Amino acid sequence: METIPSYFFTDLRVMLGRSMRHVFRSMDTIITVTIMPIALMLLFVYVLGGAIQSGADNYVNYLLPGIMLMAIANSMGYTSYRLFLDMQRGIFERFHSMPIARSAALWGHVLTSLVSNSLSVIVIILIALLMGFRSSAGIFSWLAVAGILALFTLTLTWIAAIAGLSAKTVDGAAAIAYPIHFLPLISSAFVPTKTMPRGVRIFAENQPVTSIVDTIRSLLSNQPVGNDIWIAMAWCVGIMAVGYFFAMRVYKRRA
Amino acid sequence: MSQHEIAISVHGLRKSYKDLPVLAGVDFQVEKGSIFALLGPNGSGKTTIVKILTTLLKPDSGQVWVNGFDVTASPDHVRQSISLTGQFAAVDEILTGRENLVLIARLRHLQGPQQIADDLLHRFGLTEAANRKVSTYSGGMRRRLDIAMSLVGDSQLIFLDEPTTGLDPEARIEVWKIVKELADSGKTVFLTTQYLDEAEQLANRIAILQEGKIIVSGTLEELKKLFPPAKVEYIEKQLTLEEIFLSLVGKKANN
Repeated sequence: METIPSYFFTDLRVMLGRSMRHVFRSMDTIITVTIMPIALMLLFVYVLGGAIQSGADNYVNYLLPGIMLMAIANSMGYTSYRLFLDMQRGIFERFHSMPIARSAALWGHVLTSLVSNSLSVIVIILIALLMGFRSSAGIFSWLAVAGILALFTLTLTWIAAIAGLSAKTVDGAAAIAYPIHFLPLISSAFVPTKTMPRGVRIFAENQPVTSIVDTIRSLLSNQPVGNDIWIAMAWCVGIMAVGYFFAMRVYKRRA
Repeated sequence: MSQHEIAISVHGLRKSYKDLPVLAGVDFQVEKGSIFALLGPNGSGKTTIVKILTTLLKPDSGQVWVNGFDVTASPDHVRQSISLTGQFAAVDEILTGRENLVLIARLRHLQGPQQIADDLLHRFGLTEAANRKVSTYSGGMRRRLDIAMSLVGDSQLIFLDEPTTGLDPEARIEVWKIVKELADSGKTVFLTTQYLDEAEQLANRIAILQEGKIIVSGTLEELKKLFPPAKVEYIEKQLTLEEIFLSLVGKKANN
Protein backbone atom coordinates (compact mmCIF):
# COMPACT_ATOMS: atom_id res chain seq x y z
CA MET A 1 0.00 0.00 0.00
CA GLU A 2 1.40 3.41 -0.97
CA THR A 3 2.03 5.73 1.91
CA ILE A 4 0.51 9.16 2.00
CA PRO A 5 3.01 12.00 2.29
CA SER A 6 2.60 14.25 5.31
CA TYR A 7 1.86 17.89 4.69
CA PHE A 8 2.03 19.07 8.30
CA PHE A 9 3.83 22.35 7.64
CA THR A 10 1.89 23.16 4.47
CA ASP A 11 -1.36 22.49 6.30
CA LEU A 12 -0.20 24.50 9.29
CA ARG A 13 0.49 27.51 7.06
CA VAL A 14 -2.99 27.30 5.55
CA MET A 15 -4.54 27.07 9.04
CA LEU A 16 -2.48 30.04 10.20
CA GLY A 17 -3.62 32.11 7.21
CA ARG A 18 -7.23 31.28 8.01
CA SER A 19 -7.09 32.20 11.70
CA MET A 20 -5.08 35.36 11.06
CA ARG A 21 -7.95 36.51 8.83
CA HIS A 22 -10.25 35.93 11.78
CA VAL A 23 -8.04 38.14 13.93
CA PHE A 24 -7.75 40.96 11.39
CA ARG A 25 -11.47 40.93 10.61
CA SER A 26 -12.48 41.27 14.24
CA MET A 27 -12.32 44.90 15.35
CA ASP A 28 -13.17 43.74 18.84
CA THR A 29 -10.05 41.55 18.98
CA ILE A 30 -7.80 44.32 17.69
CA ILE A 31 -9.19 46.80 20.22
CA THR A 32 -8.78 44.44 23.18
CA VAL A 33 -5.33 43.11 22.38
CA THR A 34 -3.62 46.22 20.99
CA ILE A 35 -5.56 49.45 21.39
CA MET A 36 -6.62 48.86 25.03
CA PRO A 37 -3.09 48.15 26.29
CA ILE A 38 -1.84 51.24 24.43
CA ALA A 39 -4.64 53.32 25.96
CA LEU A 40 -3.72 52.00 29.41
CA MET A 41 -0.08 52.83 28.78
CA LEU A 42 -1.08 56.40 27.86
CA LEU A 43 -3.30 56.59 30.93
CA PHE A 44 -0.65 55.32 33.33
CA VAL A 45 2.11 57.49 31.92
CA TYR A 46 0.29 60.77 31.30
CA VAL A 47 -2.47 60.69 33.95
CA LEU A 48 -1.38 58.51 36.86
CA GLY A 49 2.34 58.35 36.25
CA GLY A 50 3.17 61.65 37.96
CA ALA A 51 1.74 60.37 41.21
CA ILE A 52 3.26 56.85 41.08
CA GLN A 53 6.58 56.39 42.86
CA SER A 54 8.08 53.61 40.78
CA GLY A 55 11.68 54.40 41.66
CA ALA A 56 12.53 54.57 37.97
CA ASP A 57 13.39 57.86 36.33
CA ASN A 58 11.54 56.86 33.16
CA TYR A 59 8.08 55.47 33.95
CA VAL A 60 7.48 54.26 30.36
CA ASN A 61 10.53 52.03 30.75
CA TYR A 62 9.08 50.71 34.00
CA LEU A 63 5.61 50.15 32.55
CA LEU A 64 6.34 48.59 29.14
CA PRO A 65 7.00 44.98 30.28
CA GLY A 66 3.69 44.84 32.15
CA ILE A 67 1.78 46.36 29.24
CA MET A 68 3.22 43.75 26.87
CA LEU A 69 2.16 40.94 29.20
CA MET A 70 -1.26 42.50 29.57
CA ALA A 71 -1.72 42.62 25.79
CA ILE A 72 -0.81 38.93 25.57
CA ALA A 73 -3.11 38.01 28.46
CA ASN A 74 -5.99 39.98 26.89
CA SER A 75 -5.78 37.92 23.69
CA MET A 76 -6.42 34.59 25.40
CA GLY A 77 -10.21 34.93 25.59
CA TYR A 78 -10.18 35.23 21.78
CA THR A 79 -7.96 32.20 21.28
CA SER A 80 -10.33 30.20 23.43
CA TYR A 81 -13.34 31.63 21.55
CA ARG A 82 -11.93 30.76 18.11
CA LEU A 83 -11.21 27.19 19.18
CA PHE A 84 -14.68 26.87 20.67
CA LEU A 85 -16.33 27.99 17.43
CA ASP A 86 -14.38 25.52 15.31
CA MET A 87 -15.37 22.77 17.67
CA GLN A 88 -19.01 23.85 17.89
CA ARG A 89 -19.61 24.45 14.18
CA GLY A 90 -18.15 21.15 13.02
CA ILE A 91 -15.13 22.77 11.34
CA PHE A 92 -12.72 20.45 13.17
CA GLU A 93 -14.86 17.51 12.09
CA ARG A 94 -14.62 18.59 8.49
CA PHE A 95 -10.84 18.97 8.75
CA HIS A 96 -10.45 15.63 10.50
CA SER A 97 -12.37 13.78 7.81
CA MET A 98 -9.89 15.15 5.26
CA PRO A 99 -6.43 13.79 4.48
CA ILE A 100 -4.55 16.42 6.48
CA ALA A 101 -2.20 16.17 9.44
CA ARG A 102 -4.57 15.59 12.35
CA SER A 103 -3.03 18.03 14.80
CA ALA A 104 -2.54 20.81 12.20
CA ALA A 105 -5.97 22.25 13.05
CA LEU A 106 -5.07 22.74 16.73
CA TRP A 107 -1.48 23.88 16.11
CA GLY A 108 -2.86 26.42 13.61
CA HIS A 109 -4.64 28.14 16.49
CA VAL A 110 -1.56 28.00 18.71
CA LEU A 111 0.62 29.49 15.99
CA THR A 112 -1.98 32.19 15.33
CA SER A 113 -1.81 33.16 19.00
CA LEU A 114 2.00 33.47 18.76
CA VAL A 115 2.01 35.44 15.51
CA SER A 116 -0.85 37.81 16.38
CA ASN A 117 0.65 38.53 19.81
CA SER A 118 4.06 39.22 18.26
CA LEU A 119 2.44 41.77 15.97
CA SER A 120 0.59 43.53 18.78
CA VAL A 121 3.71 43.57 20.99
CA ILE A 122 5.72 45.15 18.16
CA VAL A 123 3.06 47.86 17.71
CA ILE A 124 3.08 48.51 21.47
CA ILE A 125 6.90 48.82 21.53
CA LEU A 126 6.76 51.30 18.64
CA ILE A 127 4.21 53.44 20.49
CA ALA A 128 6.31 53.21 23.67
CA LEU A 129 9.32 54.47 21.72
CA LEU A 130 7.29 57.51 20.68
CA MET A 131 6.37 58.02 24.35
CA GLY A 132 10.00 58.09 25.41
CA PHE A 133 10.84 54.43 26.03
CA ARG A 134 14.58 53.89 25.72
CA SER A 135 16.63 50.74 26.23
CA SER A 136 20.35 50.14 26.33
CA ALA A 137 19.80 46.39 25.90
CA GLY A 138 21.88 44.55 23.32
CA ILE A 139 20.70 42.09 20.74
CA PHE A 140 20.99 39.08 23.06
CA SER A 141 18.93 40.71 25.77
CA TRP A 142 16.25 41.54 23.19
CA LEU A 143 16.30 37.96 21.96
CA ALA A 144 15.91 36.78 25.54
CA VAL A 145 12.93 39.14 25.98
CA ALA A 146 11.37 37.80 22.77
CA GLY A 147 11.93 34.25 23.97
CA ILE A 148 10.31 34.88 27.35
CA LEU A 149 7.33 36.64 25.77
CA ALA A 150 6.89 33.73 23.34
CA LEU A 151 7.07 31.25 26.21
CA PHE A 152 4.53 33.26 28.21
CA THR A 153 2.23 33.37 25.16
CA LEU A 154 2.47 29.62 24.59
CA THR A 155 1.83 28.91 28.27
CA LEU A 156 -1.37 30.95 28.36
CA THR A 157 -2.42 29.66 24.92
CA TRP A 158 -2.45 26.05 26.10
CA ILE A 159 -4.49 27.03 29.16
CA ALA A 160 -6.92 28.92 26.90
CA ALA A 161 -7.04 25.88 24.61
CA ILE A 162 -8.34 23.70 27.45
CA ALA A 163 -11.15 26.18 28.02
CA GLY A 164 -11.99 26.58 24.33
CA LEU A 165 -11.99 22.84 23.64
CA SER A 166 -13.98 21.76 26.67
CA ALA A 167 -16.49 24.64 27.01
CA LYS A 168 -20.17 23.93 26.44
CA THR A 169 -21.14 27.55 25.73
CA VAL A 170 -19.53 30.64 24.23
CA ASP A 171 -19.59 32.34 27.63
CA GLY A 172 -17.78 29.40 29.16
CA ALA A 173 -15.08 29.57 26.51
CA ALA A 174 -14.51 33.28 27.01
CA ALA A 175 -14.60 33.08 30.83
CA ILE A 176 -10.99 31.90 30.94
CA ALA A 177 -10.04 35.47 30.04
CA TYR A 178 -10.95 36.91 33.46
CA PRO A 179 -8.50 35.16 35.80
CA ILE A 180 -5.78 35.66 33.19
CA HIS A 181 -6.58 39.40 32.91
CA PHE A 182 -6.15 39.74 36.65
CA LEU A 183 -2.62 38.43 36.95
CA PRO A 184 -0.81 41.49 35.52
CA LEU A 185 -2.87 43.83 37.71
CA ILE A 186 -1.77 42.20 40.98
CA SER A 187 1.93 42.10 40.19
CA SER A 188 4.91 44.37 39.90
CA ALA A 189 3.71 45.41 36.41
CA PHE A 190 2.52 48.90 37.37
CA VAL A 191 3.90 49.67 40.83
CA PRO A 192 6.59 48.11 43.03
CA THR A 193 5.17 45.33 45.22
CA LYS A 194 6.68 46.76 48.42
CA THR A 195 3.90 49.36 48.62
CA MET A 196 1.18 46.67 48.81
CA PRO A 197 -0.42 45.33 52.02
CA ARG A 198 1.12 42.10 53.28
CA GLY A 199 -1.41 39.56 51.94
CA VAL A 200 -1.60 41.07 48.48
CA ARG A 201 2.15 41.51 48.45
CA ILE A 202 2.80 37.84 49.18
CA PHE A 203 0.50 36.89 46.29
CA ALA A 204 2.00 39.48 43.95
CA GLU A 205 5.59 38.52 44.66
CA ASN A 206 4.98 34.82 44.22
CA GLN A 207 2.90 34.71 41.07
CA PRO A 208 4.40 34.15 37.62
CA VAL A 209 3.75 37.59 36.13
CA THR A 210 5.94 39.39 38.68
CA SER A 211 9.01 37.29 38.00
CA ILE A 212 8.45 37.60 34.24
CA VAL A 213 7.97 41.38 34.45
CA ASP A 214 11.06 41.76 36.64
CA THR A 215 13.13 39.63 34.27
CA ILE A 216 12.09 41.63 31.20
CA ARG A 217 12.65 44.91 33.05
CA SER A 218 16.18 43.86 34.03
CA LEU A 219 17.00 42.67 30.53
CA LEU A 220 15.77 45.89 28.92
CA SER A 221 17.66 48.11 31.38
CA ASN A 222 20.84 46.05 31.21
CA GLN A 223 20.66 45.02 34.87
CA PRO A 224 21.63 41.53 36.08
CA VAL A 225 18.54 39.29 35.97
CA GLY A 226 19.53 37.13 38.94
CA ASN A 227 17.22 34.25 39.78
CA ASP A 228 14.11 35.89 38.35
CA ILE A 229 14.69 34.51 34.88
CA TRP A 230 14.84 30.92 36.17
CA ILE A 231 11.76 31.38 38.34
CA ALA A 232 9.94 32.89 35.35
CA MET A 233 10.96 30.04 33.06
CA ALA A 234 10.06 27.40 35.64
CA TRP A 235 6.58 28.89 36.03
CA CYS A 236 6.01 29.03 32.27
CA VAL A 237 7.39 25.60 31.41
CA GLY A 238 5.57 23.98 34.34
CA ILE A 239 2.17 25.50 33.54
CA MET A 240 2.67 24.94 29.82
CA ALA A 241 3.41 21.23 30.31
CA VAL A 242 0.26 20.76 32.37
CA GLY A 243 -1.80 22.90 29.95
CA TYR A 244 -0.48 21.04 26.89
CA PHE A 245 -1.18 17.65 28.46
CA PHE A 246 -4.79 18.43 29.32
CA ALA A 247 -5.52 20.39 26.11
CA MET A 248 -4.25 17.50 23.97
CA ARG A 249 -6.30 15.06 25.99
CA VAL A 250 -9.49 17.04 25.47
CA TYR A 251 -8.63 17.54 21.79
CA LYS A 252 -8.16 13.82 21.17
CA ARG A 253 -11.31 12.95 23.06
CA ARG A 254 -13.66 15.59 21.69
CA ALA A 255 -12.38 16.85 18.35
CA MET B 1 -21.24 -8.46 -6.59
CA SER B 2 -17.49 -8.13 -7.04
CA GLN B 3 -15.36 -6.23 -4.55
CA HIS B 4 -14.78 -3.47 -7.09
CA GLU B 5 -18.41 -2.51 -7.16
CA ILE B 6 -18.76 -2.03 -3.42
CA ALA B 7 -18.09 1.39 -1.91
CA ILE B 8 -18.96 0.61 1.69
CA SER B 9 -19.15 -2.69 3.47
CA VAL B 10 -20.14 -2.98 7.14
CA HIS B 11 -20.37 -6.23 9.14
CA GLY B 12 -21.29 -6.63 12.79
CA LEU B 13 -20.56 -3.01 13.66
CA ARG B 14 -20.94 -2.22 17.35
CA LYS B 15 -20.37 0.98 19.23
CA SER B 16 -21.22 2.06 22.78
CA TYR B 17 -20.75 5.37 24.52
CA LYS B 18 -19.62 4.33 27.97
CA ASP B 19 -22.33 1.80 28.93
CA LEU B 20 -24.91 3.00 26.44
CA PRO B 21 -25.02 0.80 23.33
CA VAL B 22 -25.68 2.92 20.23
CA LEU B 23 -24.97 0.42 17.47
CA ALA B 24 -25.84 -3.19 18.24
CA GLY B 25 -24.52 -5.13 15.26
CA VAL B 26 -25.06 -3.22 12.02
CA ASP B 27 -24.63 -4.85 8.59
CA PHE B 28 -25.05 -3.26 5.16
CA GLN B 29 -23.35 -2.69 1.84
CA VAL B 30 -23.39 0.26 -0.50
CA GLU B 31 -22.82 -0.20 -4.22
CA LYS B 32 -20.60 2.17 -6.13
CA GLY B 33 -22.49 4.86 -8.01
CA SER B 34 -25.69 4.51 -5.99
CA ILE B 35 -27.51 6.76 -3.56
CA PHE B 36 -27.91 4.95 -0.26
CA ALA B 37 -30.22 6.44 2.35
CA LEU B 38 -29.99 5.57 6.01
CA LEU B 39 -33.35 6.39 7.48
CA GLY B 40 -34.08 6.62 11.16
CA PRO B 41 -35.47 8.75 13.96
CA ASN B 42 -33.31 11.08 16.02
CA GLY B 43 -30.98 9.20 18.33
CA SER B 44 -31.13 5.97 16.32
CA GLY B 45 -27.38 6.06 15.65
CA LYS B 46 -27.25 7.50 12.10
CA THR B 47 -24.63 10.11 12.89
CA THR B 48 -22.57 7.56 14.81
CA ILE B 49 -22.44 5.38 11.68
CA VAL B 50 -21.40 8.37 9.56
CA LYS B 51 -18.69 9.27 12.06
CA ILE B 52 -17.29 5.75 12.02
CA LEU B 53 -17.37 5.55 8.21
CA THR B 54 -15.55 8.88 7.95
CA THR B 55 -12.89 7.90 10.57
CA LEU B 56 -14.02 10.45 13.16
CA LEU B 57 -14.93 7.69 15.62
CA LYS B 58 -13.45 4.24 16.17
CA PRO B 59 -15.77 1.23 16.14
CA ASP B 60 -15.80 -1.05 19.19
CA SER B 61 -16.02 -4.13 17.01
CA GLY B 62 -16.99 -5.26 13.53
CA GLN B 63 -15.52 -4.84 10.06
CA VAL B 64 -15.91 -1.54 8.25
CA TRP B 65 -14.49 -1.12 4.76
CA VAL B 66 -14.70 2.12 2.80
CA ASN B 67 -13.47 2.12 -0.80
CA GLY B 68 -11.57 -1.05 -0.02
CA PHE B 69 -9.78 0.35 3.04
CA ASP B 70 -10.30 -0.71 6.63
CA VAL B 71 -11.34 2.39 8.60
CA THR B 72 -9.40 1.34 11.68
CA ALA B 73 -6.23 0.11 9.98
CA SER B 74 -5.82 2.73 7.25
CA PRO B 75 -7.85 5.82 8.15
CA ASP B 76 -5.57 8.07 6.06
CA HIS B 77 -6.45 6.18 2.90
CA VAL B 78 -10.13 6.33 3.74
CA ARG B 79 -9.92 10.10 4.31
CA GLN B 80 -8.30 10.54 0.94
CA SER B 81 -11.11 8.82 -0.87
CA ILE B 82 -14.16 10.40 0.77
CA SER B 83 -15.68 13.68 1.73
CA LEU B 84 -18.08 14.55 4.52
CA THR B 85 -20.82 17.13 4.76
CA GLY B 86 -21.72 17.06 8.43
CA GLN B 87 -25.02 17.62 10.13
CA PHE B 88 -24.44 21.35 10.65
CA ALA B 89 -23.10 23.41 7.80
CA ALA B 90 -19.40 23.44 8.67
CA VAL B 91 -18.55 26.64 6.87
CA ASP B 92 -16.30 29.42 8.09
CA GLU B 93 -18.60 32.39 8.65
CA ILE B 94 -15.85 34.99 8.82
CA LEU B 95 -14.40 34.03 5.46
CA THR B 96 -16.10 34.67 2.13
CA GLY B 97 -17.62 31.86 0.08
CA ARG B 98 -14.63 31.86 -2.25
CA GLU B 99 -12.15 31.84 0.64
CA ASN B 100 -13.90 28.81 2.14
CA LEU B 101 -13.51 26.86 -1.09
CA VAL B 102 -9.90 27.96 -1.59
CA LEU B 103 -9.14 26.91 1.99
CA ILE B 104 -10.39 23.38 1.36
CA ALA B 105 -8.59 23.17 -2.01
CA ARG B 106 -5.31 24.15 -0.29
CA LEU B 107 -5.86 21.62 2.49
CA ARG B 108 -6.41 18.96 -0.16
CA HIS B 109 -3.12 20.06 -1.75
CA LEU B 110 -4.67 20.69 -5.16
CA GLN B 111 -3.26 22.74 -8.01
CA GLY B 112 -5.09 25.94 -8.97
CA PRO B 113 -7.29 26.47 -5.87
CA GLN B 114 -8.72 29.75 -7.22
CA GLN B 115 -9.91 28.09 -10.42
CA ILE B 116 -11.43 25.20 -8.48
CA ALA B 117 -13.27 27.70 -6.27
CA ASP B 118 -14.58 29.69 -9.23
CA ASP B 119 -15.88 26.58 -10.96
CA LEU B 120 -17.75 25.37 -7.87
CA LEU B 121 -19.15 28.84 -7.12
CA HIS B 122 -20.53 28.94 -10.64
CA ARG B 123 -21.93 25.43 -10.47
CA PHE B 124 -23.73 26.12 -7.17
CA GLY B 125 -25.06 29.54 -8.16
CA LEU B 126 -22.91 31.37 -5.64
CA THR B 127 -20.82 33.48 -8.01
CA GLU B 128 -22.58 36.72 -7.06
CA ALA B 129 -22.17 36.03 -3.35
CA ALA B 130 -18.60 34.76 -3.74
CA ASN B 131 -16.90 37.72 -2.10
CA ARG B 132 -19.39 38.18 0.71
CA LYS B 133 -18.78 36.88 4.20
CA VAL B 134 -20.65 33.63 4.79
CA SER B 135 -22.27 35.16 7.88
CA THR B 136 -24.50 37.09 5.43
CA TYR B 137 -25.67 33.92 3.60
CA SER B 138 -29.12 32.35 3.95
CA GLY B 139 -29.51 28.81 5.29
CA GLY B 140 -29.88 27.38 1.79
CA MET B 141 -26.81 29.22 0.50
CA ARG B 142 -24.75 27.94 3.42
CA ARG B 143 -25.81 24.39 2.72
CA ARG B 144 -24.94 24.76 -0.96
CA LEU B 145 -21.52 26.15 -0.06
CA ASP B 146 -21.10 23.34 2.46
CA ILE B 147 -21.81 20.70 -0.19
CA ALA B 148 -19.60 22.56 -2.70
CA MET B 149 -16.75 22.38 -0.16
CA SER B 150 -17.25 18.63 -0.01
CA LEU B 151 -16.86 18.38 -3.76
CA VAL B 152 -13.45 20.06 -3.79
CA GLY B 153 -11.02 17.35 -4.78
CA ASP B 154 -13.60 15.28 -6.61
CA SER B 155 -14.02 12.44 -4.08
CA GLN B 156 -16.00 9.54 -5.48
CA LEU B 157 -17.83 8.84 -2.21
CA ILE B 158 -19.77 11.63 -0.54
CA PHE B 159 -21.33 11.47 2.92
CA LEU B 160 -24.26 13.78 3.61
CA ASP B 161 -25.47 13.70 7.20
CA GLU B 162 -29.04 15.06 7.29
CA PRO B 163 -28.38 17.50 4.45
CA THR B 164 -31.83 19.11 4.50
CA THR B 165 -32.59 19.31 8.22
CA GLY B 166 -33.49 22.88 9.08
CA LEU B 167 -33.85 24.04 5.48
CA ASP B 168 -36.96 25.64 4.03
CA PRO B 169 -38.80 23.66 1.31
CA GLU B 170 -37.20 25.56 -1.57
CA ALA B 171 -33.69 25.07 -0.28
CA ARG B 172 -34.54 21.45 0.33
CA ILE B 173 -35.49 20.89 -3.30
CA GLU B 174 -32.26 22.60 -4.37
CA VAL B 175 -30.28 20.14 -2.27
CA TRP B 176 -32.21 17.22 -3.74
CA LYS B 177 -31.35 18.45 -7.21
CA ILE B 178 -27.67 18.61 -6.27
CA VAL B 179 -27.72 15.09 -4.84
CA LYS B 180 -29.36 13.71 -8.01
CA GLU B 181 -26.74 15.44 -10.14
CA LEU B 182 -23.99 13.90 -8.04
CA ALA B 183 -25.39 10.44 -8.61
CA ASP B 184 -25.81 11.14 -12.32
CA SER B 185 -22.11 12.00 -12.52
CA GLY B 186 -21.27 8.57 -11.13
CA LYS B 187 -20.52 9.43 -7.53
CA THR B 188 -21.64 7.31 -4.62
CA VAL B 189 -23.77 9.18 -2.11
CA PHE B 190 -24.34 7.99 1.45
CA LEU B 191 -27.12 10.02 2.96
CA THR B 192 -28.84 10.02 6.32
CA THR B 193 -32.25 11.49 6.79
CA GLN B 194 -35.25 11.45 9.06
CA TYR B 195 -37.61 12.40 6.23
CA LEU B 196 -39.35 9.53 4.45
CA ASP B 197 -40.05 11.51 1.30
CA GLU B 198 -36.39 12.43 1.03
CA ALA B 199 -35.34 8.79 1.02
CA GLU B 200 -38.14 7.97 -1.40
CA GLN B 201 -37.19 10.81 -3.76
CA LEU B 202 -33.45 10.22 -3.84
CA ALA B 203 -32.32 6.79 -2.86
CA ASN B 204 -31.69 3.63 -4.88
CA ARG B 205 -31.47 1.69 -1.67
CA ILE B 206 -32.87 2.46 1.74
CA ALA B 207 -31.94 1.03 5.12
CA ILE B 208 -34.02 1.73 8.19
CA LEU B 209 -32.12 2.04 11.43
CA GLN B 210 -33.84 1.63 14.75
CA GLU B 211 -32.28 1.32 18.18
CA GLY B 212 -28.88 0.57 16.74
CA LYS B 213 -29.94 -2.10 14.25
CA ILE B 214 -30.89 -2.14 10.59
CA ILE B 215 -34.44 -3.48 10.72
CA VAL B 216 -34.99 -3.59 6.94
CA SER B 217 -33.06 -2.65 3.84
CA GLY B 218 -33.55 -2.82 0.10
CA THR B 219 -34.87 -0.84 -2.84
CA LEU B 220 -38.10 1.06 -2.44
CA GLU B 221 -39.83 -1.67 -4.49
CA GLU B 222 -38.48 -4.38 -2.22
CA LEU B 223 -39.58 -2.49 0.87
CA LYS B 224 -43.05 -2.09 -0.59
CA LYS B 225 -43.28 -5.84 -1.22
CA LEU B 226 -42.77 -6.49 2.50
CA PHE B 227 -46.28 -5.19 3.04
CA PRO B 228 -49.60 -6.41 1.62
CA PRO B 229 -50.26 -5.08 -1.88
CA ALA B 230 -52.07 -1.78 -2.04
CA LYS B 231 -55.80 -1.88 -2.58
CA VAL B 232 -57.14 0.32 -5.35
CA GLU B 233 -59.41 2.99 -3.95
CA TYR B 234 -60.68 6.14 -5.52
CA ILE B 235 -60.13 9.23 -3.44
CA GLU B 236 -60.18 12.89 -4.27
CA LYS B 237 -56.66 14.24 -4.79
CA GLN B 238 -56.01 16.85 -2.13
CA LEU B 239 -53.11 19.26 -2.51
CA THR B 240 -50.61 19.00 0.31
CA LEU B 241 -49.58 22.16 2.06
CA GLU B 242 -46.12 21.65 0.64
CA GLU B 243 -47.49 21.63 -2.92
CA ILE B 244 -49.50 24.78 -2.23
CA PHE B 245 -46.53 26.50 -0.61
CA LEU B 246 -44.22 25.59 -3.45
CA SER B 247 -46.64 26.65 -6.16
CA LEU B 248 -46.96 30.04 -4.48
CA VAL B 249 -43.33 30.78 -3.64
CA GLY B 250 -41.39 28.00 -5.32
CA LYS B 251 -41.17 29.48 -8.81
CA LYS B 252 -37.44 29.86 -8.39
CA ALA B 253 -37.04 26.16 -7.72
CA ASN B 254 -38.67 25.34 -11.05
CA ASN B 255 -36.38 27.59 -13.07
